[in-house]
Amino acid sequence: MLSLRDLRVEFETPNGMVQAVRGVDLDLHAGEILGVVGESGSGKSVTFLGLLGLLPKSAHISGSARVNGVELVGASTSTMRSARGQQVAMIFQDPLSALNPVHRVGDQVVEMIRSHQDVSKKSAAIIAVDLLGTVGIPQPKDRANQYPHEFSGGMRQRVMIAMAIANDPQILIADEPTTALDVTVQAQILEVIDRLRQEMGMAVVMITHDLGVIARIADRVQVMYAGRVVEKTSVQSLFDAPTHPYTEGLLRSIPLLGHQRLLPIPGSPPNMLRPPSGCAFRTRCPYVLEACAGDLPELAPIGDAYSACIRASELNLGVLT
Amino acid sequence: MLRFIVRRVLWMIPTVLFVTFLVYVAVRIGWNPVAAYGRANPRASEEKLEQFKQVNGLYEGPTGFIRGYFGWLWNFVQGPDQWSRSIKGGGEVYPTLRYSFFNTLRLAGTAAVIGISVGLFFGVVAGKRPGTWIDSLVNTTAFFVGSVPPFVSAIVLQLAFAVQLGWLPAAGIYPPGQDGFDPWLMSKHMVLPVFVVAIQTIAGYTRYMRASLLDVSSADYLRTARAKGLSERDVMRRHTIRNSLIPIATIIAIDIGALLGGLIITENIFNYPGMGVFFINAANDGDFPRLMPFLVIITVSVLIFNLLADLSYAYLDPRIKID
Amino acid sequence: MTSWQPVHESKEFETFDELYEVSEGEGLDVKTLTPRQLAWFRFRRHKAAVISTVIFGILVVVTVFAPVFARYGVNEAVFPISEGPNQFLEPQSVAWFGTDDIGRDIYSRLLFGIRTSIFIGVVTGIIAVIIGTTVGAISGLRGGKLDDGLMRVTDVFLAFPFLVAVIVVREFMGGLTFLQPIVGDKSSIRFIIFLLAIFAWMGVARLVRGQVLSLKEREFIEAARAVGASERRIIVSHLIPNSIGPILVALTLTIIAAIVAESTLAFFGFGPQPGAGSTSLGNLVLLSRGGATQGNWWLVVFPCGALVLLAICINFIGDGLRDAFDPKMDAGK
Repeated sequence: MLSLRDLRVEFETPNGMVQAVRGVDLDLHAGEILGVVGESGSGKSVTFLGLLGLLPKSAHISGSARVNGVELVGASTSTMRSARGQQVAMIFQDPLSALNPVHRVGDQVVEMIRSHQDVSKKSAAIIAVDLLGTVGIPQPKDRANQYPHEFSGGMRQRVMIAMAIANDPQILIADEPTTALDVTVQAQILEVIDRLRQEMGMAVVMITHDLGVIARIADRVQVMYAGRVVEKTSVQSLFDAPTHPYTEGLLRSIPLLGHQRLLPIPGSPPNMLRPPSGCAFRTRCPYVLEACAGDLPELAPIGDAYSACIRASELNLGVLT
Repeated sequence: MLRFIVRRVLWMIPTVLFVTFLVYVAVRIGWNPVAAYGRANPRASEEKLEQFKQVNGLYEGPTGFIRGYFGWLWNFVQGPDQWSRSIKGGGEVYPTLRYSFFNTLRLAGTAAVIGISVGLFFGVVAGKRPGTWIDSLVNTTAFFVGSVPPFVSAIVLQLAFAVQLGWLPAAGIYPPGQDGFDPWLMSKHMVLPVFVVAIQTIAGYTRYMRASLLDVSSADYLRTARAKGLSERDVMRRHTIRNSLIPIATIIAIDIGALLGGLIITENIFNYPGMGVFFINAANDGDFPRLMPFLVIITVSVLIFNLLADLSYAYLDPRIKID
Repeated sequence: MTSWQPVHESKEFETFDELYEVSEGEGLDVKTLTPRQLAWFRFRRHKAAVISTVIFGILVVVTVFAPVFARYGVNEAVFPISEGPNQFLEPQSVAWFGTDDIGRDIYSRLLFGIRTSIFIGVVTGIIAVIIGTTVGAISGLRGGKLDDGLMRVTDVFLAFPFLVAVIVVREFMGGLTFLQPIVGDKSSIRFIIFLLAIFAWMGVARLVRGQVLSLKEREFIEAARAVGASERRIIVSHLIPNSIGPILVALTLTIIAAIVAESTLAFFGFGPQPGAGSTSLGNLVLLSRGGATQGNWWLVVFPCGALVLLAICINFIGDGLRDAFDPKMDAGK
């Protein structure tokens, strides 16, 4: 349904070109939840903002991004606009800032509906109330007349989800939807997304840095680092048998039963103005060799997974062994 | 909301009284009305002086100010017939005040309508395209025009268009000797003063609107709006501009409140008989009977529009909690 | 499993460049600048502001040393009237900017006048900033009724038409004879500085209060409180250093506002009349009233031109400072 090939995003800055996304390949299949994991600055959000054309003018996007076969990179405004909100819907991290504070919540959902469906305001309003009910907002009719600041964080995110599914999109991109929420509320939101996915047959891209979210909801996972995908695998394999040192590092740094200490990955993410040659992770990797500074490593199959580490086959990675 | 309005309106009454009391004290101390009366009417009888003191509440002694204020207030609220007459020439204050008021209203109103609408327009033009040459041009022009002090632009324009080129009249509402209402002549005389005030207003509002627009432009909810598939035009209209206007509305309300007394410079230079000229003349003469009504009108106007500014902000931005 | 050790051992580096060189290949970004350096760097990028600073600097130097750069004394006629008419002479070699109603050189008087006006502006600005920052910081930090009341009062005060309010306060202050020893006579420079400062501090206070309100919730303030820092310490060591940007901008804007206000008041006869030793820009601008109608264009052009030049320069400097401390550039993610 969604197919990215060698997607690249560069930003013009006064200091030079920042290479935020450096060649991402991705496939999203119908009905699945694909997790995209990475640190801040890994390019995980920029990839999807870029393909939808939601980045500022200083961004240059190249490569290919196909939604149901329609190419979005370099597409006309009307093509983009018909894809946005209709075939591909997106929800964002902070629902308080993502909703216009001076418009009523119901009106904002109506706006989404009427931008793609030819219905009267009245009908749209009824549909909107319906949607708010579907995502689990109590007394939707009353609450539709309220303003975003009158909702709690979790409720606001539900509003965003209601807005996103208004036009029955085939793809939902969720950019860190639970990061700003409490843990218990997180679970609720994920449950809503999962349920809607099943009921509506959507495919979901779940962007997050939280491995717990991945474990809970994702089917497959892609791990991103410094603008490239470094590992592609199923959720189970990710935790059982990671195939990239970065993934191993991530797993080591989260609290798991049996761990004695939390071990952060030493160093810091690279400067994307001048990324390191070869594998960007080599400056922090304990398994680094001279060869790692050579060509950009491509994803290569190893077992059921794909890894961008040239030593994937010889290393025995993992934390649960 | 209604309770809030009622409460604020009720609060205004003691506030008006308090501020006008301060004004009364300031004018008495600042201009010494009794002495001024003496200077203006050196041959006035003892009786007349006493009457002047009574009507204007100019009592001496430790409680003189308080008693005096209420004395003056009592006469004031009974209407213009009860107002004291001017110390210069003994003419009635109200007719001149009314005449000045409407003149200024015409001038200020025209300039404000033109200035604000044109200013907002250019502000949007610039704010929509940050970083382009249009934005730079508009912003720089507004900057330069706004840096020129108002009396300089008035004098320069007067010099250029009225004196040197003779295209437009240099002063007054009508040419001297004109009798009766003539809209064409009146408009001709208003062109320069309105222009002077309007360009200052335009410069100001262009910069406010541009700044507000730039502020809003980085908001996340615009990205959400685009993600819905809205056209840039719709995003601009329904989200960017609408949200940018909220702080502007407050500014407009406060500006209008100050408009009545605020055209002193322009009116003076163009000899336009409005509130500004009224005030300067009264101030130079130390004329208490003229100064007080003027200042009361200004005070009330300022307080009312301040309230309107608060209300407009609360109305337009639902996040503001009204306590 | 290999142990996770840092890949590079820490080394002693001689210079920043060395460190940067080593890291370049690996893409580590080491160059960091202090906020002050950053601000200075950004200010320099604002070309108009830099040019304005130079021009203003030259102006200050020339006027401070006015006796050196002036061609005549401040009250000296270009030549005695016995040698011929010296009033309202057009600009010529003996008087670069022409002469006024009693034959004095406009150019020289302008130098002295600008000096006085800059002095008025700067002193007013400094007083207003000191008072305004203190009041604004305390009000913002404490909040509650004090803050509420103060904001209401300044709101109303600032909403009054400026000139009307200034004139009323001027007469009032002048009428309070017991204040004379402190503020001086109504026509003195001291007086007008006090007068303008009374109005100026309020704008600064509101600005600083706004800054404090937004800083108040930041964690470093919470941390300072947790360590037991006194209110004074929080204000002096934490809030003010982080508000330097807006405070500097407020200072420049106050300076030019004061200079323009002085000129405007003088235009209507409410300005300072400095003694025999000097004059002010306002006094010179006063000449432009008659100058316009009588066609003596040099009486208008040079004083007003100087005023406009000052206004533009100082405004640009303020703009540059604003950009330096609060860049709106969005460099993408």
